[in-house]
Amino acid sequence: MMFVPGNNPGMMADAHIYGPDSIMLDLEDSVTMAEKDAARLLVYNALKSIDYGDTEMVVRINPLNTPYGKKDVEAVVKAGVDVIRMPKTETADEVRELEAEIVKVETELGCVGRTQIMAAIESALGVVNAYEIATASKRMMGIALGAEDYSANLKTQRTPDGKELELARETIVVAARAAGICCFDTVYSNLDDMETFRKEVELIKTLGFDGKSIINPRQIEVVNEVFAPTAKAIEKSLKIIAAIKEAQAKGSGVIAVNGKMVDRPVVIRAERTIALAIASGILNKEDVQ
Amino acid sequence: MRNSKLVTLEEAIRKSGLKDGMTISFHHHFRGGDKVVNMVVAKLAEMGFKNLHLAASSLSDVHAPLIEHIKNGVITKISTSGLRGELANEISHGLMKEPVIFRSHGGRGSAIATGDLHIDVAFLGASSADELGNACGYSRSENAKSICGSLGYALPDARYADHVVVITDDLVAYPNVPKSISAADVESVVVVDSVGDSSKISAGAIRDSKNPRDILLAKTAAKVVINSGYFEDGFSIQTGTGGASLAVVKYIRESMLEKGIKASFALGGITAHMVKLHEEGLIGRLIDVQSFDKVAAESIKNDPFHQEVSAVEYASGVHQGSAVHALDIVILSALEVDVNFNVNVLVGSDGIIRGAIGGHQDTAADSALSIIVCPLLRGRIPCVVPKVTTLITPGKSVDVVVTEYGIAVNPGRPEVAERLKAAGLKVVDIHDLAAKATSIIGTPDALPFGDKVVGIVYNRDGKVLDEIKNIVE
Repeated sequence: MMFVPGNNPGMMADAHIYGPDSIMLDLEDSVTMAEKDAARLLVYNALKSIDYGDTEMVVRINPLNTPYGKKDVEAVVKAGVDVIRMPKTETADEVRELEAEIVKVETELGCVGRTQIMAAIESALGVVNAYEIATASKRMMGIALGAEDYSANLKTQRTPDGKELELARETIVVAARAAGICCFDTVYSNLDDMETFRKEVELIKTLGFDGKSIINPRQIEVVNEVFAPTAKAIEKSLKIIAAIKEAQAKGSGVIAVNGKMVDRPVVIRAERTIALAIASGILNKEDVQ
Repeated sequence: MRNSKLVTLEEAIRKSGLKDGMTISFHHHFRGGDKVVNMVVAKLAEMGFKNLHLAASSLSDVHAPLIEHIKNGVITKISTSGLRGELANEISHGLMKEPVIFRSHGGRGSAIATGDLHIDVAFLGASSADELGNACGYSRSENAKSICGSLGYALPDARYADHVVVITDDLVAYPNVPKSISAADVESVVVVDSVGDSSKISAGAIRDSKNPRDILLAKTAAKVVINSGYFEDGFSIQTGTGGASLAVVKYIRESMLEKGIKASFALGGITAHMVKLHEEGLIGRLIDVQSFDKVAAESIKNDPFHQEVSAVEYASGVHQGSAVHALDIVILSALEVDVNFNVNVLVGSDGIIRGAIGGHQDTAADSALSIIVCPLLRGRIPCVVPKVTTLITPGKSVDVVVTEYGIAVNPGRPEVAERLKAAGLKVVDIHDLAAKATSIIGTPDALPFGDKVVGIVYNRDGKVLDEIKNIVE
């Protein structure tokens, strides 16, 4: 998920050419108070007029308790955004409040249920309430860690090895998995240190995160490389998928590969491996189908 | 020493027999740091010469003082590969009575060799020279000041001009060997304080572009090269300047190491990137008509397999055996490409001259595969357009256009398109790219061109390709 400032038309115009899985247009921290209205209008028009292809479009709105939050919701829902990212989420009630705002706009448009929600967890209270937040609405598609605010809230600071984020990261992954939604790690902002960035991506992949938030197209390749499955894993997964198709064609409920029965978790992992291989550009969608 | 050719600039000019209306020539190896053109033309003005034809291998921002000499009638005709800066701006607005003649580097070389472009007196700056005129673009002395490396564009002038004046700021003991320009071709040697500002002659270190769009374009172009069918052991390559073109080499290198593929030679403007690959053993020979940076200039001085060539040997279309005839892959940039694959590298989208033909026509025409790397949009300016503002390189010699929105392959090269598609690359119709540009930024207003012809673009074979009209504010 690539962060793009909502007040920069040049960046918004071609963010998708670098191939991020999702783009988050930001109306919150990267936009000054004086530019909030202008940025909202820009983001609205970007969503309406730019062909982002099949890139998932996310907008980070301002908190609902600011003078901008509700206007942001109205504009981006009208523009047809896929996901609204709610910043600094601390309780399930906040998610429900956002949902109510979304429903209001969607009802007016006649498209109730279209907009999904991602909650950014950026405080100790948010981490403590992670599962409640993750299950607060059917629209919840994911939760994400916002590490800058979180570490400030903990009265510590960010370190290269991310010791201070351990509990938050693990809690968010567990909460997301328990709720059956996705989870995304925070940004890494030193663009000149690709080595530490790679280590961080490897760490969060091991922890179970679905993806990483990034701030520059140059970071996409590293994330794709780390998340890309190995050739061996892809081969194995393709065999499993083929076996499933074969079993379905025969009407058989039992799936076997190389003489061994395949359990449901193995199937799920195989499907995920193939999805990742496609997202990383190793496999073509058409080749798999 | 006996028979020394050392004279002052004024004496050299008198001795040359230069008369009003004649043709004088210069090279552009000192690029943005060149002091020779301005110095010589100022002296000619002071001596009262009029109506001269200035035939330079190229002109740039630093030559703005020529505007005054044009207004005063000292210079009334210009031939060049390119124009930039204030001089280009004034000429685009109709400064000169006669249109500027634009030729490619190969086209200029062959025009000089065949006599189409006759040079009466060549004033050739050199980084070092001895008293008899043996000269080159580097120096082995401690006084070395203005180093440029190859003097390839000056060599046709040295050989074919009626009279040759070498101008240097580093007079070295005879014999200055190895040499680029031979004393046998030189009539006078002039020593001056400085022929060039070394900080502006060439970039010191390689700076890799961090612009994500350049990186994306470079990576895509590298994938095109690797999957083009021409990427095999013994291939040859040339890249233009510009962030994306330079960076391509970096990504091709990775693949060369991985697959154990080595290039036989790299051609053209040689950069530090190319020198690095050569020193690593990945490129056998460097054929250098112009050294783009200090690393390349040092390398040509010290490495016998880094060979200087003249513009004729580099890219002539009429001399059999010029290096471009053996070139497999060239990667070039563009200001505009149109739906017929025609390329413009000379006139900006504002109608003002801001570039140079360089070796674009030559390498595109004679290479086995020409790849243009060009963003679809530069800010709000579309670069893939229905029709180029000015035709520089005809579409029939352009094979692939790489943009950030997809790769277009000339319909004349279906086998290349198939190979790229098979490699999973996004091959699109060039009309779709042009339509995409229009859909994003709309259709620009037509440029306010006047009726006066300010430039004539020649193809490398000597035929006229296009005219440039004056721009009206």
